[in-house]
Amino acid sequence: MSLSIGTIAYGAVVIAGVTLFTIGTPDQHERRTAPAAPAAAAETGKAAPAPSVATGGGTTLHSVSFDIPNGERTFPGGAAADAINNNCLACHSAGMVLTQPAVSRSVWQGEVDKMRNFYKAPVAAADVPAIVDYLAKLADRKSPAMSGPPAR
Amino acid sequence: MDATAFKLAVRGHVNQALSLSLADVLAMPRVEVAAVNQCSGNSRGLFQPRVTGGQWANGAMGNARWTGVRLRDVLDRAGLKAGAVAVRFNGLDEPVVDGAPDFMKSLDIDHARDGEVMIAFAMNGEQLPLLNGFPLRLIVPGWYSTYWVKMLNDIEVLNAPDENYWMKTAYRIPDAPHASVKPGDSGFNTVPINRMVPRSFFTNVTDATTVKPGEAVAVRGIAFGGDCGVAQVEVSTDEGHNWQKTDLGRDEGAYSFRQWSTQLTAPQTGAMPLLVRCTNTKEEVQPAEANWNGGGFMRNVIERVQLRVA
Repeated sequence: MSLSIGTIAYGAVVIAGVTLFTIGTPDQHERRTAPAAPAAAAETGKAAPAPSVATGGGTTLHSVSFDIPNGERTFPGGAAADAINNNCLACHSAGMVLTQPAVSRSVWQGEVDKMRNFYKAPVAAADVPAIVDYLAKLADRKSPAMSGPPAR
Repeated sequence: MDATAFKLAVRGHVNQALSLSLADVLAMPRVEVAAVNQCSGNSRGLFQPRVTGGQWANGAMGNARWTGVRLRDVLDRAGLKAGAVAVRFNGLDEPVVDGAPDFMKSLDIDHARDGEVMIAFAMNGEQLPLLNGFPLRLIVPGWYSTYWVKMLNDIEVLNAPDENYWMKTAYRIPDAPHASVKPGDSGFNTVPINRMVPRSFFTNVTDATTVKPGEAVAVRGIAFGGDCGVAQVEVSTDEGHNWQKTDLGRDEGAYSFRQWSTQLTAPQTGAMPLLVRCTNTKEEVQPAEANWNGGGFMRNVIERVQLRVA
């Protein structure tokens, strides 16, 4: 799970619309089955045990198995992005950073300090200047995401 | 996430610590509420000047019918000791890095026991999707989503105010009207973010909508009162000098979205600017000026669209 306020909000995306596409409807029973101990099933060659459910008051809750996909996006810019790519994708996406408004170098310094001090990001002090430098120059890339209010 | 192995702990300043299975929770008396779930920083991307954080437009909100058990009933089952002042909630999620602050939120004891705060196991009649907090999440009707802890598995009753990072440092708002200060202000008191404020939106027209001169235009949308119901939703076609009431849809309860609709007539030329504002049952109305704070929290300014006439 992610750490920053924004990232938590970012992760809670599917509230609006209330879709069940990620988990499926009750019909998609198989998908809701918690994985059986895979090693045991492989050894014995038996089918997975019956899916585990909790019931009460006329309601049944099905165990859930879900592979959270990893984002593939990295920070663009070649070697200049090495420090940020190596340090900053452990906890949140590149998108979380690249959609930020164009703020000053000192604000970016404050954000990196917050990540290290409050959220214990394992970023070596020696890497900080290169990371802040990259962030401070993001606006220069003239990404549409950086200019003005976002499209509604 | 194994539904038979999951346990909800209730501990701390209680007479009897509990370890409830999902079956235990499902066997308890249940309640249902339709309630808006809105991120504290919904609409942050629209702040001027801009602030850092998740760059939401208006989409970080949703409405659902939540089914579950009263938090009060769970707390009373454990029995609160004298001196209990707050209840803290923790979910199964953990920080990625050792030593980083685990996400926890707390409510004061009277709020926790108000009979409306609940622990939900279903959303719109289905078990909670994983992204919405399977198997249990806290529902705090009328309060921002930061309190609606997902994958809730630990309830700790406290005998002192909660000092954890996510209450003491994060998610705090200026203690000022509309939680608003000026950029660069400092030295003001802050409080944990709490109740929501009224909002209303157009859902069938945008700045890209074109209408014919003089045509009848159906305009509609949704509104919510914040921490109470919607009293009225009004629109203005003259930049807020005059307002006219709209028709409200079915009342699903004080904490739910409320649909609104009206018929307007497009002007003969130019543009059709529209404003919509909600007044809640506490007579609180949306402000004409947007608020500002460094966290990008609690935006609820009157929304405006401008239709083209052609």
